[in-house]
Amino acid sequence: MNKVVANAQEAIQGIEDNMTLMLGGFGLCGIPENCIAAMVEANIKGLTCISNNAGVDDFGLGLLLQKRQIRKMISSYVGENDEFERQMLSGELEVDLIPQGSLAERCRAGGAGIPAFFTPAGYGTEVGEGKEVRYFNGKPHILEHALTADFAIVKAWKGDRLGNLIYKGTARNFNPMMAMAGKITIAEVEELVEPGELDPNYIHTPGVFVQRIFQGAKYEKRIEQRTVRPKE
Amino acid sequence: MGLSGLRYPEWSRSQPFIPNYERMLDKKGIAKRIAQELQDGWYVNLGIGIPTLIANYVPDGVSVEFQSENGILGMGPFPFDGEEDADLINAGKQTITAMKGACIFDSATSFAMIRGRHIQLTVLGAMEVSDNGDIANWKIPGRMVKGMGGAMDLVASAENIIVAMMHTNKRGKSKLLRQCTLPLTGVNCVKKIVTNLAVLDVVEGGFRLLERAPGVSVEEIQAATEGRLIIEGEIPEMQLD
Repeated sequence: MNKVVANAQEAIQGIEDNMTLMLGGFGLCGIPENCIAAMVEANIKGLTCISNNAGVDDFGLGLLLQKRQIRKMISSYVGENDEFERQMLSGELEVDLIPQGSLAERCRAGGAGIPAFFTPAGYGTEVGEGKEVRYFNGKPHILEHALTADFAIVKAWKGDRLGNLIYKGTARNFNPMMAMAGKITIAEVEELVEPGELDPNYIHTPGVFVQRIFQGAKYEKRIEQRTVRPKE
Repeated sequence: MGLSGLRYPEWSRSQPFIPNYERMLDKKGIAKRIAQELQDGWYVNLGIGIPTLIANYVPDGVSVEFQSENGILGMGPFPFDGEEDADLINAGKQTITAMKGACIFDSATSFAMIRGRHIQLTVLGAMEVSDNGDIANWKIPGRMVKGMGGAMDLVASAENIIVAMMHTNKRGKSKLLRQCTLPLTGVNCVKKIVTNLAVLDVVEGGFRLLERAPGVSVEEIQAATEGRLIIEGEIPEMQLD
């Protein structure tokens, strides 16, 4: 078994116009930068992107937005991107904003074979409008459906040829759930290693969820809000 | 005798409240007052803005763990200059450090902690709060749409929610309302509010005034509060030091 592809260009083969993608990351932390760059280059259009955020104007998903390659975003927070806000307010971009926990659980459910679940988040708000309500323990909950995608694209720290993945720090975020929910899951990693080099006890994403893996050519790993304290 | 039953005529409540900036609390003061609510052993989620400052004022002898919903328990202070790590951020996308004994997890696990009520306190900011505990903080139709992030999950599930905010908006209009005018984040969920003027809790019938900011009068708080305000007995000043 060998899931290794040569590079990002090869990894995104089969992603076509109007497909639905999941992209891991929180802000710019843990995003699949190499695959995003390859999709900008390939000029794939009409995409529906499921991702917690939409990048910033000149990095992350913001690069796909700039070239109008995204038709619809499914996210929880999009505050850092002026071009996004402009496209949304003008109606060029369709946006489905959903609570962050519901987004994470909907991806997890999609990958875990659970079609829908009830959650209290969003009851009594716009998010709950038109959704089935049921009371459990006297509290109202709304029905949320699982999410899946044609392709899920995730970023890990280390991975092996079998697709086993380990994330680093808070770059883990949405990547493990999205890896589960793609019909085809692409993992880009900072370091690709041989089977046996990763301790099985510390695998975050079991290789069964991953179909393609490659080592990214380069990682900028841009910091969105650099906050420091002076050295004492 | 207390001041219960004190009512201002309608016109006065529709007038902008002109605060006296000399006497009201600043953001740090609000954070300091909320820090007094922390109890030893609690797991606490702090929202973006004023709530983030609370971590600086944890009382002596109280040990709490801070959760950031992007996936860390045991969040530490900002890193020293030059030691920042792109792979270690909080929910505000700021670079952070991890305390000894911290742990990192995925977003589904993070919200399992939140939804499953394993986090004892949530502190977040708001644009509006109504006197039945509704909160609005994610959207101004046609003008500002940033999204709710984790706020809807947090307010729907937390046992204990404190709102940290200014009492009035930049135009002097009350943010403590009879009814929210902006799209809601959650219903009947806010338990306590700490503003630059007062500490209040949400009870049957409205906002109950608990404490005044040093030097601020009950009348000033009344004038800055559009929602129903319950005033019982003498209202003490906050003790901040």
